[in-house]
Amino acid sequence: MSITREDVLHLAELSRLEISEEEIEPLKKDLDGIIGYISQLNELDTDGVEPTYQCFDMQNVWREDEIQSFEANREDLLNLAPDSENNQIKVPKVL
Amino acid sequence: MIIADKTTKAVDLVQAALDQAEKYKDHNIFISLNAEKALARAKEIDEKIARGEEVGKLAGVPYALKDNYSSHDGNTTAAAHILDSYHSPITATAVERIEAEGAIMIGRANLDAFAHGGSTENSYFGATKNAADETRVAGGSSGGSAVSVALDVVQFALGSDTGGSIRQPASFNGVYGIKPTFGAVSRYGVVAMASSTDTMGCFAKKAEDVDLVMSIMSGKDAKDSTSLEDYWTKNLDEIQPAKKKIGLIRDCFGDGINPEVAEIVRNYAKKLEAQGYEIEEFDMPILKYGLAIYYVVQPAEVASNLSRYDGIRYALRSKDAKGLDDIYTKSRSEGFMKENKRRIMIGNFVLSSGFYDAYYLKAQKARTLLINAYNEAFEKYDALLCPVAPTPAFKLGEKTSDPLTMYLEDAMTVPASMAGLPALSVPAGETEDGLPVGAQLIGQRQSDQLLLSIAKHCEEA
Repeated sequence: MSITREDVLHLAELSRLEISEEEIEPLKKDLDGIIGYISQLNELDTDGVEPTYQCFDMQNVWREDEIQSFEANREDLLNLAPDSENNQIKVPKVL
Repeated sequence: MIIADKTTKAVDLVQAALDQAEKYKDHNIFISLNAEKALARAKEIDEKIARGEEVGKLAGVPYALKDNYSSHDGNTTAAAHILDSYHSPITATAVERIEAEGAIMIGRANLDAFAHGGSTENSYFGATKNAADETRVAGGSSGGSAVSVALDVVQFALGSDTGGSIRQPASFNGVYGIKPTFGAVSRYGVVAMASSTDTMGCFAKKAEDVDLVMSIMSGKDAKDSTSLEDYWTKNLDEIQPAKKKIGLIRDCFGDGINPEVAEIVRNYAKKLEAQGYEIEEFDMPILKYGLAIYYVVQPAEVASNLSRYDGIRYALRSKDAKGLDDIYTKSRSEGFMKENKRRIMIGNFVLSSGFYDAYYLKAQKARTLLINAYNEAFEKYDALLCPVAPTPAFKLGEKTSDPLTMYLEDAMTVPASMAGLPALSVPAGETEDGLPVGAQLIGQRQSDQLLLSIAKHCEEA
């Protein structure tokens, strides 16, 4: 398959990225090249093969549901926010 | 490793490191230096030594920290604009552990932004130069860390390796670099790239120094549920390979490999032979697809991990943003580098409806085939040997125009990553032009120390 201008804009939207007019063509070319390359996986016969999402045969790791201390306090965390007020993170009006 | 004691002052070790950092300023190794705090910590350690107190296995040893590890010292930028003013409220477990043993961080080392790259040219703070040739790349993404060790600024440096980010710069700069078994070291506090293959390792000039640092960093951590029980407990000299047989991966010596690199790695095989190892060449045809598997899975995980950068809770928020969507889109567009954006878009492509089965699921099935092929190989061999990268360090700017050309650099490092295997880049020689070249030893899960013991025997031979 080859990537169209519309595909680039759609992927940018899914990715919450703003793409300028000048960026579209070079991105289209790059994505086309990369997707063309990864498409060689189609040559492989994977019928009946189970996928591996993680390398270790790990199951859920449980712990007691107890409160554990965290090294940072509320103030530290709120200070990281670009904007905050009254112990809350502030964003522009949504509704 | 030179450790502070009654005669060697920690303050002198740290000052010497800072002086070296200043001398090699033009190499752009560090994003930020930690001079004041480092000297204060060294002074504390010297005082403890004078009082006869316990000071730890890495007392007063200066080290460089890849700038994607969180700590209270300096900003954790991940070399990206979106994080350049981010001061982490937490400390990575790996950092906590080595600093508890007295190691002193003297600077935060440069990388490709979010560890996306193989040259350290994708950094918001500019490229790092190669230790052997300033016109060439440091390799990446842990370029600053590798060069800091190669130029003797520090005795060891921490890096992270998702698809080759420790091994390839180690090869390009002539130092050891280990990518441990997935889960050996806690990922807690390190900026996430691709969570199923992110590993934390280090650089040093001797195998036993790598071993010492890793033995301290590794082990179970409640803050990372994928971390393994501590197995890094042996003495390198007591490790015996079961078969004394190493497989040379023939597929890695075909087209596209620089002949000098091939020769240097084959010479390393001869060294191993001289150490009593039987070397056997074998084929692993599935390796041809290793890179394609990686460039599906990794961008998918990158896209997910980087979705947390929303401009709301922390990191950059665009000043031009008006509504909520604007905050997401403008902050991310201003804050990410070009390569970050490409990977996010590829990731969202392979995960999007209609393409998921054809790309993402297909790649994860192919990953199973790759793991099976490794398992088969380890029935015959203790370890596998191949080059780290197809070429020595390339020229700055040589591969920046085409992302795919840059990705091809990773062809020999990503397969071990996809299988979660430990892999070690061993300094193996130099080209005629004096460019360092590494050989790569790959082992079964949790055989990290075996790889180091093999390398150590050759190093001392």
